[in-house]
Amino acid sequence: MKRAKAIRERMSGNEAVAFAIRQVNPDVMPAFPITPSTEIPQMVSAYIANGEIDTEFVPVESEHSAMSAAIGAESAGARTMTATSSAGLALMWEELLLAASNRLPIVLTLVNRTLSGPININCDHSDGMGARDTGWIQIYAENNQEAYDNYIQAFPIAEDPRVHLPVMVCQDGFITSHAVENIELLEDGPVRDFVGQYEPEEFLLNPGKPVAVGPYSISAYAMEAKKAQEDAMEQSRAVIAEVAARFGELSGRQYGFFEEYRTGDADYIMVIMGSAAGTAKEAADQLREEGWKVGVLKLRVFRPFPDQEIAEALKNCRAAAIMDRCESYNGCSGPLGMEIPAALYRNKVMIETADYIYGLAGRDFTVEHAREIFAQLRDAADGKIPAARHAYVGLREQ
Amino acid sequence: MSTGAAENYNLKSMLSRPERLAPGHRMCAGCGATIGVRAVLRALHEEDRAVIGNATGCLEVSSYMYPYTAWEDSYIHNAFENAGATLSGVETAYRALRKRGRLPESEHFKFITFGGDGGTYDIGFQSLSGAMERGHDMVYVCYDNGAYMNTGIQRSSATPMFADTTTTPAGKCSAGKVQYRKDLTAIIAEHHVPYAAQTTFTRDFTDLHRKASKAIYTEGACFLNVMTPCPRGWRYETSEIMEICRLAVETCYWPLFEVDHGKWILSYTPKNKLPIEDFLRPQGRFKHLFKPENEHLLALFQEEVDRRWEDLQYRCAQG
Repeated sequence: MKRAKAIRERMSGNEAVAFAIRQVNPDVMPAFPITPSTEIPQMVSAYIANGEIDTEFVPVESEHSAMSAAIGAESAGARTMTATSSAGLALMWEELLLAASNRLPIVLTLVNRTLSGPININCDHSDGMGARDTGWIQIYAENNQEAYDNYIQAFPIAEDPRVHLPVMVCQDGFITSHAVENIELLEDGPVRDFVGQYEPEEFLLNPGKPVAVGPYSISAYAMEAKKAQEDAMEQSRAVIAEVAARFGELSGRQYGFFEEYRTGDADYIMVIMGSAAGTAKEAADQLREEGWKVGVLKLRVFRPFPDQEIAEALKNCRAAAIMDRCESYNGCSGPLGMEIPAALYRNKVMIETADYIYGLAGRDFTVEHAREIFAQLRDAADGKIPAARHAYVGLREQ
Repeated sequence: MSTGAAENYNLKSMLSRPERLAPGHRMCAGCGATIGVRAVLRALHEEDRAVIGNATGCLEVSSYMYPYTAWEDSYIHNAFENAGATLSGVETAYRALRKRGRLPESEHFKFITFGGDGGTYDIGFQSLSGAMERGHDMVYVCYDNGAYMNTGIQRSSATPMFADTTTTPAGKCSAGKVQYRKDLTAIIAEHHVPYAAQTTFTRDFTDLHRKASKAIYTEGACFLNVMTPCPRGWRYETSEIMEICRLAVETCYWPLFEVDHGKWILSYTPKNKLPIEDFLRPQGRFKHLFKPENEHLLALFQEEVDRRWEDLQYRCAQG
């Protein structure tokens, strides 16, 4: 694939994704502005009102109906996407399961914000994490550039016949969605060629070839359907990698399941997801200057979960800090705090781990915090202190 | 845009149209919902294609049980509370694909969704209201059997007052459901949709066939409320269904009317309005009302039926 021309711009994460939607020009977009809402649907509405794209926008009366209408439209044969945040994703929950189990390649752009209560509109990953077992592929971004790039890759992943699963493209609320940063955009033509025409095999509006969607299925058949869905999730690994390779040729930007930042010879690695990875990288740079061997593993693809690859990437370090921007209320750790040690154990990588909860409901996560965690990691690996378990970062003293 | 008047609703010719809900589904013998669905689909012109939507309910679990479907047309079931939103997505996709030249110009699709009263009056009400307000070119058909029959005869907001249901059981301290029913047809008419109508099974089915045809072939969001008795939930002999429907109409419990582009029209006025007992007596769910000590409840029921009938007549007289 020929390398496309880069257009230098400055944009917020919301603007970057809305711009990608403009370039893809999907057939149908149902959306609703729950509190907290994202600006993406209104930006797309403006593109439509100005005649830049001709997507059919459906101003539904709730997020539940947004995903319901998306399921109807995608089943009918239309390339369909929606956008939401926080409570909106929670309200969609039942329908997220139906989108995945009906094997519909819908793309949802999620601006990660906390779930109530108390009601709070700021960033954490509790919305996306709450949907982690709904059967959606989940890809998280560190910044506006990644949100844009991930969005363009989402359609070829979702629509691949080996996959046929919906994809959630996540970016951090406010920190990424509202902050204006430099970005390199691609031209419309190469993006449209990359995404291609949507040609579903079977759809409701296929004249003369009626199909039925959403059966009642008795125990004799339902388990096979669920296994086929899981097989598709496993097969999506290869497709995600292929699409990333193709996108790399187009843009010059390389993507994997995760990014390994200065981890090659690292003794201590911080595993983190989303915008806080930038903070962790700054701390790693500072500590490298001071002679420490530290690095950051930034998880990009959370579903499917790259368990073997993570274990391989961490196997040579002394200790890893696992960072969750989400509480799991399970009495012992956040979601990554459980899944990453499980990945290590299953792959016989017996390094020390410590797990932390940070940044809930928009709480700041600073370079100082990250430096302190690296120090704790070293002390734990040296046996001076017990490794942190379910430790909160930056909590008020009183 | 509005048609129907020119069509011939002669029962014999209507029944000669091809079935679009094939036999072999698993609905109960004598089920009103099935009769209603077949009658609505008969109003489709043979050359027109359709996508049928369906809320979760008896009809869904009995007509599309993997790997068999009874539907001749494309069909989508999504969940209980979102048949309106789901079909609005399908209809939007149709407009998008046509606009972009991805469907042949010669192909015409109609969009009809079916939901029981639970999925329509209650849990699906918001989704229905949204779809009607947005004006999608579709028909929402409520098959109203007055309770959650699929899940075990629990009360809904369509259940008539005093009905004995599993969540409003008649007993020593209870005379069945406390509240009267929601008037959904009027509520949807107040959305100012082009066409909303209420119907049930009459002797020649003309009322249902005509209203279904009008709803399907009127552009925009249209609504049909079809009373479809359920022998299990109402507790009557299956063979009595046509008589039950006749009594619902003759007592003015279920008046036949339509609201066509804002004009309220009574489709039928009984010559001698029958007392409500005539409709209630054959049904096991009202058995407790006929105990001597409950006579006052029958009077209350009659009062409410009269009040609503007066109200409807007034609206129709205003046009």
